Amino acid sequence: MMADRKGRFGQHGGQYIPETLMNAVLELEEAYEHYKNDPEFNRELDELLNSYGGRPSRLYYAQRMTEDLGGARIYLKREDLNHTGAHKINNVLGQALLAKKMGKTRLIAETGAGQHGVATATAAALMGMECVVFMGKEDTIRQALNVYRMKLLGATVIPVESGTATLKDACSAAFKEWTGRIEDTHYCLGSVMGPHPFPTIVRDFQAVISKEIKEQCLEAEGRLPDAVLACVGGGSNAIGSFYNFINDTDVRLIGCEAAGRGVNTAETAATIATGKLGIFHGMKSYFCQDEYGQIAPVYSISAGLDYPGIGPEHANLYDTGRAEYVPVTDEEAVQAFEYLARTEGIIPAIESAHAVAHAMKIVPQMDKDKIVVITISGRGDKDCAAIARYRGEQINE
Amino acid sequence: MAKNIRDAFSNGKAFIPFITAGDPTLEVTEELVLAMADAGASLIEIGIPFSDPTAEGPVIMAANERSLAQGTTTDKVFEMVANIRKHSDIPLVFMTYANVVYSYGSDRFATRAEELGVSGVILPDVPYEEREEFKEDLNAHNVALISMIAPTSDERIAMIAGEAEGFLYIVSSLGVTGTRDSITSDIASMVKRVREASDIPCAVGFGISSPEQAKAMADISDGAIVGSAIVRLCGQYGKDCVPYIKDFVKSFTDKLAE
Repeated sequence: MMADRKGRFGQHGGQYIPETLMNAVLELEEAYEHYKNDPEFNRELDELLNSYGGRPSRLYYAQRMTEDLGGARIYLKREDLNHTGAHKINNVLGQALLAKKMGKTRLIAETGAGQHGVATATAAALMGMECVVFMGKEDTIRQALNVYRMKLLGATVIPVESGTATLKDACSAAFKEWTGRIEDTHYCLGSVMGPHPFPTIVRDFQAVISKEIKEQCLEAEGRLPDAVLACVGGGSNAIGSFYNFINDTDVRLIGCEAAGRGVNTAETAATIATGKLGIFHGMKSYFCQDEYGQIAPVYSISAGLDYPGIGPEHANLYDTGRAEYVPVTDEEAVQAFEYLARTEGIIPAIESAHAVAHAMKIVPQMDKDKIVVITISGRGDKDCAAIARYRGEQINE
Repeated sequence: MAKNIRDAFSNGKAFIPFITAGDPTLEVTEELVLAMADAGASLIEIGIPFSDPTAEGPVIMAANERSLAQGTTTDKVFEMVANIRKHSDIPLVFMTYANVVYSYGSDRFATRAEELGVSGVILPDVPYEEREEFKEDLNAHNVALISMIAPTSDERIAMIAGEAEGFLYIVSSLGVTGTRDSITSDIASMVKRVREASDIPCAVGFGISSPEQAKAMADISDGAIVGSAIVRLCGQYGKDCVPYIKDFVKSFTDKLAE
């Protein structure tokens, strides 16, 4: 029997962290429980999200894509239009405001593609806080432009060379940094992962995505969508897109994982497709790992989805069958990236292109009176150089 | 029958060295354990390597990477300990991460540990709140789940100490493992709070690199744990490290015996 089921999603979640950090997460939980119901905090956060972040984001009817695919009506939830170009700002503004209320003066963060790092650096600049971002060395090369953006915003970027030098290692480095400096520092975790209360806090701050989709879809179509698709690494834009539909069981929720070069190869990051139950980075969930529990070196063209685990709430949505998780390869994602650019004049982040790719597979099989929403979690400017290289074209950023 | 944790603390201050199994090779680890036992170690912590050791500083992290690159697995570590047990009854504990035990199966892991006379397991990513995940299976096989307290634990100390088993690992400093020039936490008052709740032996670790530091820590507790300073020698001398580490450990046990 478990003594304390706090922060659990079914069998997943928990607080598997060093004792040194326990009081820090307990303090964070207490502060969050207080401020989440505080009208003044929520007023300030709404003001920030709207006037600074650019919310609400548009729900755009993709007419040309709909006509071209010849099936369900496609709407794009345009998180790419947010300030800093991705959904990450929703969570960061919430956590930075919370950290400030807690008297913290310094934000640290991990980043993969750099979008969460840029968002954290942005919030720190706005609120006059110090900011340190940990980023895998490999990713600082893949996403050099975002490294410069973070520095421009006044943040210190620390390249992490250990392990696979990607998101997982950046996350470990950020946890270690927090273990060494807690008093003035808030760890602004970027996804719905890590120890409780992070998966809940990040989900709540991202749930604005599905709240708006619901309102906007009712406004445009007079009913709820039939399916909502989003890409999943740790899973923050996906849980944000799903959350307010969880009880609407007629709405299919589809998370699109990064299959890299394919789920039958070692070069994949599709956790649900290839992982098994484990305990890592503070949580029990599914992880890509070997038979002895060693975390697998995962791969995806997308630095933001290149993570060997998945958030505990997603793991539970998978267990209960409420959400589906499907793998999408690099090649499929790149084709979708190019397709959306040509068809709608929208260049999605390569992460989001994974969701677009799966929509391209299922939409033609759906009736024309069906409605599909794809969350475009971020904009793709940051990916253009890497996609050009993937296509064998050398360009200078 | 192998000696246990109680025996380790029954003969003056305990000196507890840590090494990562399989660094540089499992054969050398076996020799190292016997050499450190010879040099007077009271109890030895054997690290089972993990790909992402989130409580470790750069020295032990590098040792984990070297060991895994050699092909070390949990089963191979068990085989190595079986060889040690042909020659030594020194108290042993495993130090590893939750996922290593979880993926092996905690009951299966505990069964092997008991067979090998390993009397405890330290899992730095399993705090008090999550101990039930492993405790029942380990205890069923007479293996203690060793608890840790940290400089940030404050009012949690009594709660943790009250249910602690084997010995209590006092983390001397914030941050990850690794040597430090000085330890600034008030260890004495942490020990005092433990004593108010329990009579469990307390050993201090994280950051201890010299016999003098170890002596100072052991004087205010029941023992000292040294990891990174030893593991650094494994990295520096590779397969030739055994005599260097034996001398190094001897310098600590001599100092603690003063």
